[in-house]
Amino acid sequence: MKMTGAQAVVNSLQKEGVEVIFGYPGGGVLPLYDALYDSPLRHVLTRHEQGAAHAADGYARATGKVGVVIATSGPGATNLITGIATANMDSVPMVCITGQVGLSIIGKDSFQEADITGITTPITKHNYLVKNPKDLPRILREAFHIAQTGRPGPVVIDIPKDVFTATIDYDYPEEIVLRGYKPLYEGKKKEIDEVAKALQKAKKPLLFVGGGVISSEATDLVRTIVDQYKIPLISSFMGLGAIEAKDPCNLGMVGMHGTVAANMAVMDCDLLVGLGVRFDDRVTGLLAKFAPKAQIVHFDIDPAEVNKNVSTQYRVIGHLRWSLQSLLESLEHKIDTKVQADWTLWLQQVQKWHQENPLTFKNSEKVIKPQYVLQELDRQTKSNAIVVTDVGQHQMWTAQYYGFHRPRTLISSGGLGTMGFGLPAAIGVQMACPQENVLLVTGDGSLLMNCQEIATIVEHQLPIKVAIVNNHALGMVRQWQRMFFQQRYSHSTFHNGGTDYVRLAEAFGAKGLRATTPEEVPQVIAKALEIEGPVFIDFQVCSEENVLPMVPAGASLDQMIEGVVD
Amino acid sequence: MRHTLAVLVENRPGVLVHVSGLIARRAFNIESISAGHTEEPDMTRITIVVDGDERNIEQVVTQLSKLIDVIKIIDLTEEASIERELALIKVKATPETRSDIVDIVEIFRAKIVDINRETMVIELTGEERKIDALCQVLQDHGIVELVRTGKIALSRNPGAAKNKE
Ligand SMILES: Cc1ncc(C[n+]2csc(CCOP(=O)(O)OP(=O)(O)O)c2C)c(N)n1
Repeated sequence: MKMTGAQAVVNSLQKEGVEVIFGYPGGGVLPLYDALYDSPLRHVLTRHEQGAAHAADGYARATGKVGVVIATSGPGATNLITGIATANMDSVPMVCITGQVGLSIIGKDSFQEADITGITTPITKHNYLVKNPKDLPRILREAFHIAQTGRPGPVVIDIPKDVFTATIDYDYPEEIVLRGYKPLYEGKKKEIDEVAKALQKAKKPLLFVGGGVISSEATDLVRTIVDQYKIPLISSFMGLGAIEAKDPCNLGMVGMHGTVAANMAVMDCDLLVGLGVRFDDRVTGLLAKFAPKAQIVHFDIDPAEVNKNVSTQYRVIGHLRWSLQSLLESLEHKIDTKVQADWTLWLQQVQKWHQENPLTFKNSEKVIKPQYVLQELDRQTKSNAIVVTDVGQHQMWTAQYYGFHRPRTLISSGGLGTMGFGLPAAIGVQMACPQENVLLVTGDGSLLMNCQEIATIVEHQLPIKVAIVNNHALGMVRQWQRMFFQQRYSHSTFHNGGTDYVRLAEAFGAKGLRATTPEEVPQVIAKALEIEGPVFIDFQVCSEENVLPMVPAGASLDQMIEGVVD
Repeated sequence: MRHTLAVLVENRPGVLVHVSGLIARRAFNIESISAGHTEEPDMTRITIVVDGDERNIEQVVTQLSKLIDVIKIIDLTEEASIERELALIKVKATPETRSDIVDIVEIFRAKIVDINRETMVIELTGEERKIDALCQVLQDHGIVELVRTGKIALSRNPGAAKNKE
């Protein structure tokens, strides 16, 4: 069928089952927007391209489907960069379509030209500059395939303006031929058996659940292992929600702001089984002292993750659905009552640690403690909202004090730690899950980084509830300055008389509420949950609070700071 | 330890930048890199020499394998293979020193490819060490300019790298 390049893009998006696109128009993509005008595809106009990228990312994290974003050439495309890098670090499937100047003027510093394939090479799984209009269908097909298979990630397609307007013979390819791309789904049975044998010998095994478990939809299999064998488990930040927070085997988050029990378990276990984890430095602390008594097993779909940070004794490369299923089969005959008895002792030991060292804070009747806000949000939403966060102290308190019980219910920038992620990501999440309660927990610093997206939320009347943990500071920065820079608070407070977040929300047409005393907290939350549309709550919290426990950067996991005397 | 990697890639614009950029970004050191067409028109072969311990090399290989345009990577270090570099050396040559230089060139089985009143240009293909040795000897005469390619390497096995499992 004959059609223009732009129509070919729209057609291909439909063939891929895309329902909603986030984007921002401009000269470079005008032909594409013209084609969208006649299409049934839903397009959400954000107020900034970074917002569009994070929204597509949030949509993808909440659903597992590919998030799609469109931006114009030059500044439009460069505004996507932080969003692309964020998605890349957390392995989020995304396809970004950017406009490019016409083929004949590429490379001449033309108006609104930027070398976007060059700029995004280090932060994408793959990218394309389309030089021939007839390649469009193939490239779109490949891009969606690459974005969502293997280890997911963002793919950029840069399309020159005249490629959009050229006429082609459209035929969407069935087959994909990529000689250099064959993700391994079914690995080696031998690797599995070795792991099963190592488990058989282990007296203190520990499962370490990461974001890969969630993105590969393998939580049920981990569940089965835990239920059947009662192996204690710890979680990375990205792995929260994979297994119920309340599960008796679950010790919670590990690492810099992890629980005492999780960190102690790492120090004491004799076999650490990493499932879809990256062994990020926020998790491991001092590498030389990470899991010092343990052999390490690494399950991952990406072979490049093995031995990248931590030396492993056993590896299993493959899709977690295949490898965990195989592991279950292999374990069946190997684990006898004697092994189970050892594991029971070990589980009792870590559970004792967990009971003796719960996450706590000193509540107050005078000032609002941020942890109290999280506890109350958890209670009133019955641990059942999809929680989006920004980056900072509030993010860690969310991880600590909100009970995550389902996969894909914590949506947060883990790897890159992108402030400004929350608000636009929440848009994508609520678009993807209109029936769910979407709760955004943000800081006053983070919110201001993309607050223009309040307009988008209001336009679509998305019923997102936004909790602003307002400490009048870049709290996490302040915490580091307090603890490691002799309380020299260099540029970490906003000396602007205090932005009025209630009025900010109302200026955009959203509802704003405020809580200044602890007793107002429950009422204000209850009220916000009752109101139908978007609500922003300004929680005026005490700014002196620290996220604890804390393992200082570069220290080993047993060097936890559990209290600070100012 | 130094490793010689044969990297087969799709012959696409920018692929060399992709490959070298990835290695540099991950903080591995490239000692040499050279690229050219192969027996298949749509395939380029890049020969990379990287220095690092086993773990570093494993990372270079697995990270490079992630690139969609990388078709195959073979570590030639453990295989019997032929390794070559090419050098063009412009050396000072007066009528008095000329015959001396010609002798050296002969000993090294190099070739004189250009000559004028003040200089000669010598071409040599060979292993790195051989080129190093020639350069050292010619230093006495004064090297005006020197250009060397990166290393290229081919396994002695009868099969082709692209067909290795
Ligand atoms: C884009 C970006 N810039 C800077 C940082 C560094 N940073 C990490 S946490 C933080 C403070 C966050 O402040 P706020 O959003 O108010 O949250 P709080 O820590 O107070 O809860 C900063 C500046 C970052 N993570 N992202």
